[in-house]
Amino acid sequence: MTATSEAPAIGLTHGGSEDTGLGHRGPESKSIVVPYGFWLFVLSDMVLFSALFATYASLVGATDGGPTTNQLFDRNLVAVETMALLISSFVCGLAMIAAKRKNMAWTQIWLLVTGALGLVFLSIELFEFGKMIGEGAGPQRSAFLSAFFTLVGCHGAHVTAGLLWLGTMMAQIWAKGFRQDITRRLLCFSVFWHALDIIWVAIFTIVYLIGTLP
Amino acid sequence: MTEHDPDALNVAPGQPHDNMLSETVSYVIGLGLALLLTAVSFWVASTSALWGPGVAVGLVVLAIAQMGVHLVFFLHITSGPDNTNNVLALAFGVLIVFLVMIGTIWIMSHMNANMMPGPEITNLQMQH
Repeated sequence: MTATSEAPAIGLTHGGSEDTGLGHRGPESKSIVVPYGFWLFVLSDMVLFSALFATYASLVGATDGGPTTNQLFDRNLVAVETMALLISSFVCGLAMIAAKRKNMAWTQIWLLVTGALGLVFLSIELFEFGKMIGEGAGPQRSAFLSAFFTLVGCHGAHVTAGLLWLGTMMAQIWAKGFRQDITRRLLCFSVFWHALDIIWVAIFTIVYLIGTLP
Repeated sequence: MTEHDPDALNVAPGQPHDNMLSETVSYVIGLGLALLLTAVSFWVASTSALWGPGVAVGLVVLAIAQMGVHLVFFLHITSGPDNTNNVLALAFGVLIVFLVMIGTIWIMSHMNANMMPGPEITNLQMQH
């Protein structure tokens, strides 16, 4: 096989490099392919959230004479939620560092802290929802509130699913150790958890901070 | 888990690097930057020292910056050659997100403007 016969067939060369990046080394290992596939899922999840954000932005003024953003939202609560989720994301990173060194105790401790902070976030969110619904500002009150509960509730549902996943991972690491497949799942979980924090950044900015501007 | 191979074509998103100290430092820097940007966001939203109409735009810019911090320091999305696939997927995702959001907001605001009823009904529907 000469270079002249190969190059036109491929149509792409990398300046004489042996490695054309076109797969002659065969498919990547599972430890690359699985998190990459999960990364694609996370990105498509962000596309889903973009539709909910667009809906919210279109309907934020449609309050039907009911409560408006300025009357409903409490910035102090949101600040605590934001701190809880941000530090949870950071601690999840520490858990990944410990997991890479196969350190059982620290992995479990950091994952526990991650989950506890996630629970703090979720409790505050549920408290806020309960308070709003108690005041008659439930999702059926106006188009604005429907959009609000859909957007923020969808994020809360993701956090709930993440917490269940986190508990499962802690049990699996405990029972099966740092096997390759378990470590892959843990990596996917950390990608999911960091992505939830990224979406929360958009929520606290667009919904809560811009919604409570004077 | 295999050690980091300098010749590797790809690296998984969120995969920690090899050196424990530099890896921890990376997370700490990310946390510091994220805390700083969050604090600035809350300050910008509360202060009256800034030009009112620009505050919302400034908040969005701060949020996008913080998302970038999270992507780089927590998810380890880099510009390196082993990250090309991750970055390309991310770029496509960002493209769709912006098309959906800007397209919807743009079109819906124009439709709202074109269908503006009398002022008494407008007051019921519009917040300001």
